[in-house]
Amino acid sequence: MPKGRFLSATAIFLKEAGVEFPNYSEQARIYRLKSKGHPSISAKVFQEKDIPVQVAIGNYDLGICGADWVEELVSKYPSSPLLKVLDLGYGRGAIYATSSKFGGVSDFQNLVEQCCSLRIVTEYPNLAEAMALKFRLRKFKIFPVWGATEVYPPENADLALLWAENEAEIIAQNLVPLKSVLQTNVLLVANKVSWETKDLGWLVGVFSSALGRENKPWLDIRPGTKRTANGFRPSMESIKIWLALPDGHQQAPALEFLSRAGLELDGYSSDVLDRRPRSAFDWLGVKVVRPQDMPLQVANGNFDLAITGEDWFLDHMYRFPSSPVTKLLNLGFGRVRIVAVASQDLPINNIADMRRLAQYGKLPVPRVASEYINIADKYVRDNHFSRYRLIPTWGASEAFLPEDADLLIENTQTGRTLAEHGLKIIDTLFESMACLIGNKDSLKNPTKKGKVVELIKVFSRAIEGN
Amino acid sequence: MWTKPVSQRCKGARDLLPEDLELFRHIESVFCRSCSSWGYREVRTPTLEYLSLFTAAGTLTPNMLSRVYSFLDWDGWSGERVVLRPDGTIPIARLYAENSSCWKLARLFYITNVFVFEETGTENRERWQCGAELINGSPPAADMEIIALAIEILRNLGMDDVEILLSHAGILKALINELKLDLDERAKLLDRVLDGDWQALAPAESNEPAVQGFLSLILTSKGTRSSFVRNLKSLPNLPQSIHSALEEFDKVAELLDVLGIRYRIDITAVRGFEYYTGVCFQFLYRGQKVGSGGRYDNLLSLVGGESTPACGFALYMDPLMSLVTRGRQQDSKQGVVVKCERDTPEAIKVGFALGDMLRKRGYLVEFAFTGLRPASQRRWLVKVGDKPGEFLIVDRQSQRRRKVRSVDQVISVVGGE
Repeated sequence: MPKGRFLSATAIFLKEAGVEFPNYSEQARIYRLKSKGHPSISAKVFQEKDIPVQVAIGNYDLGICGADWVEELVSKYPSSPLLKVLDLGYGRGAIYATSSKFGGVSDFQNLVEQCCSLRIVTEYPNLAEAMALKFRLRKFKIFPVWGATEVYPPENADLALLWAENEAEIIAQNLVPLKSVLQTNVLLVANKVSWETKDLGWLVGVFSSALGRENKPWLDIRPGTKRTANGFRPSMESIKIWLALPDGHQQAPALEFLSRAGLELDGYSSDVLDRRPRSAFDWLGVKVVRPQDMPLQVANGNFDLAITGEDWFLDHMYRFPSSPVTKLLNLGFGRVRIVAVASQDLPINNIADMRRLAQYGKLPVPRVASEYINIADKYVRDNHFSRYRLIPTWGASEAFLPEDADLLIENTQTGRTLAEHGLKIIDTLFESMACLIGNKDSLKNPTKKGKVVELIKVFSRAIEGN
Repeated sequence: MWTKPVSQRCKGARDLLPEDLELFRHIESVFCRSCSSWGYREVRTPTLEYLSLFTAAGTLTPNMLSRVYSFLDWDGWSGERVVLRPDGTIPIARLYAENSSCWKLARLFYITNVFVFEETGTENRERWQCGAELINGSPPAADMEIIALAIEILRNLGMDDVEILLSHAGILKALINELKLDLDERAKLLDRVLDGDWQALAPAESNEPAVQGFLSLILTSKGTRSSFVRNLKSLPNLPQSIHSALEEFDKVAELLDVLGIRYRIDITAVRGFEYYTGVCFQFLYRGQKVGSGGRYDNLLSLVGGESTPACGFALYMDPLMSLVTRGRQQDSKQGVVVKCERDTPEAIKVGFALGDMLRKRGYLVEFAFTGLRPASQRRWLVKVGDKPGEFLIVDRQSQRRRKVRSVDQVISVVGGE
């Protein structure tokens, strides 16, 4: 069952169908659920993106998620054993190829004929690649992002591929819907082997009969997505330096840090999410994006500076050792430990114990789940695991253990949440805090360098005052 | 107890064992010799190329592109993807475009692996091919040369009765243009046809009766002489684009007639490669496709070069290896096994010196000292005796044994007195 945009509608649909799951809510942070009245059905709550993968692997018989994430998997891996069983009717929308109202691109056909390289930003890299190949884009680069897709065009991307309910929603974000790439809705998907061998008919029947009803209150629930308008200010010429600031959990501490440094930002506060806040310096352009996406964006020169975590900086450097991204300053806040985590039920105390379990065949191919896929890969490799499987996750990773992964590489402040989920820390990889990262190449430009030095001075004041 | 472990080989990958590779090298050497004797020179391109080289419209079809091995390199933060070479010709075109100042006319050949994902994993995902490209040569002479070269190579490999299927990509492309579809539909139709689904054309309708008639004729009739092309050409009111493609096709077919090269014309025999613009051909032997090729006049400009006419072919190693037979190797009969009565350092030294001299005279020499037991029989066994200068020679063919007293005598006995 999905977290996020379709959680509310899914909860009501399940309740109306007679398979209610108490505690299936965004706040509960409980991932393993039993159905009220039908204890034989157990469910787990995942990020939507993980659901098609988990069902295809065979960890779950059935899954509920948007067709966009199903296609994202199937377009790259057509032989995935995944069946679309039911169209649940709600969550209708489409994946749109969009450009900025303020950029030069207004027609898809023009785009196809263009011969310079197109930058496509998206949460759906596989769909983007399939689209680019289908329409024979001559040259393209795909930048996968974790979120905030709408804020990249026009200066950081030519095309943004994103999901919306309708064109009006795209237009409200100051974007131009160039083409609808894929119609989507919420689907019930099944693992092919489960479908062929297990009795899933009862549950599917319950869903089908709910779909046949007159009254469908779940159709009235709007998806819970936060969108921001991509307001674009024409005074861009004066901007010398682009700074990326984090959204999400990192926003509050970053805001506190910046106000301590005396850098006031209009539109970067806890109650308003403006993805392009304004600073007092006319030479400073600011965008709010996901901290996970910052190193790659800084590497490409889309930002000169970014406030992100050392964890994401290292994850990037492990993937791209010759990247021009460099760490300029530790900012002192947002301290977390990056740890290796296993289930309390496993008879191990450290990573060497786990390797032994693997060697002696008790855990033949350990499954390693992490949001930090490159850190996790390096860690298990450095610990001489011979065979292992990496499972990329998109948040709520602690829910993967013990059923769907054996080892988790995760960040933690106190370790409390991990303990609550029956997990134990078996190793600490490193400590991470918020840091300022920059692009070595952009620092070669003397004007930029001067401004960067100025900002570093501002930030240093806040650190010293700590 | 030791049990045979599950194979750790990647799905769709393959090991070539000594017997396979002997056959492989045989085919390779026949191919190299033949190409060289026609004035072709060997080149090699890197395994990794940028994906954008293959995404240009008119290079690979989306269906092919969806099965390439593409990934971000270690310095791929810019999003530029690299790919394990999915095709042999396109990199050669790039190589020519980047070095064309060196040559006007280039006769090039290559032996290379290409990587194509195949879902079941039962077929090879890494495939070898031997190809030749004639760049800056115009039709019909260049097309004829390329076809004749391929036929000669196949004949040198012992395949006398190769069937040639001829087609012309220009006719197909002109025809699809004449159907006057919108861009989306045109792309879709072209993709299906290039992937081999010619019946996709059957329901297509043209407002032009001449085009409609031509379409149904090529879907249903096949020819074996250039006169077939001329028959098609004689149809009334054909659009100019189709007519000139037929014209070019006719000239090539006529030359092949003159050379006595037999072929079948099947316009629907174009497969896979979007970059072909002119005559296309496939080579079949005992019903198996062993190679294909064609003319690709637009490719050079697509990969950044000047517009240059070109054509070429590739022969596929997998079917060739299953079809080419080769007599037993002579060298196993002429091989010599050198052994010592007792493995003293002195005796081994003599054994080595003997081996060295025999190898210099072209013999295959295997040592059989303690711990080295040769896997296969050789004709000669030479035992180094305990006493200096004493050798026992066994001829396993005739079962004759002889004692000799010097290395020179060993050589003269083994060398046939």
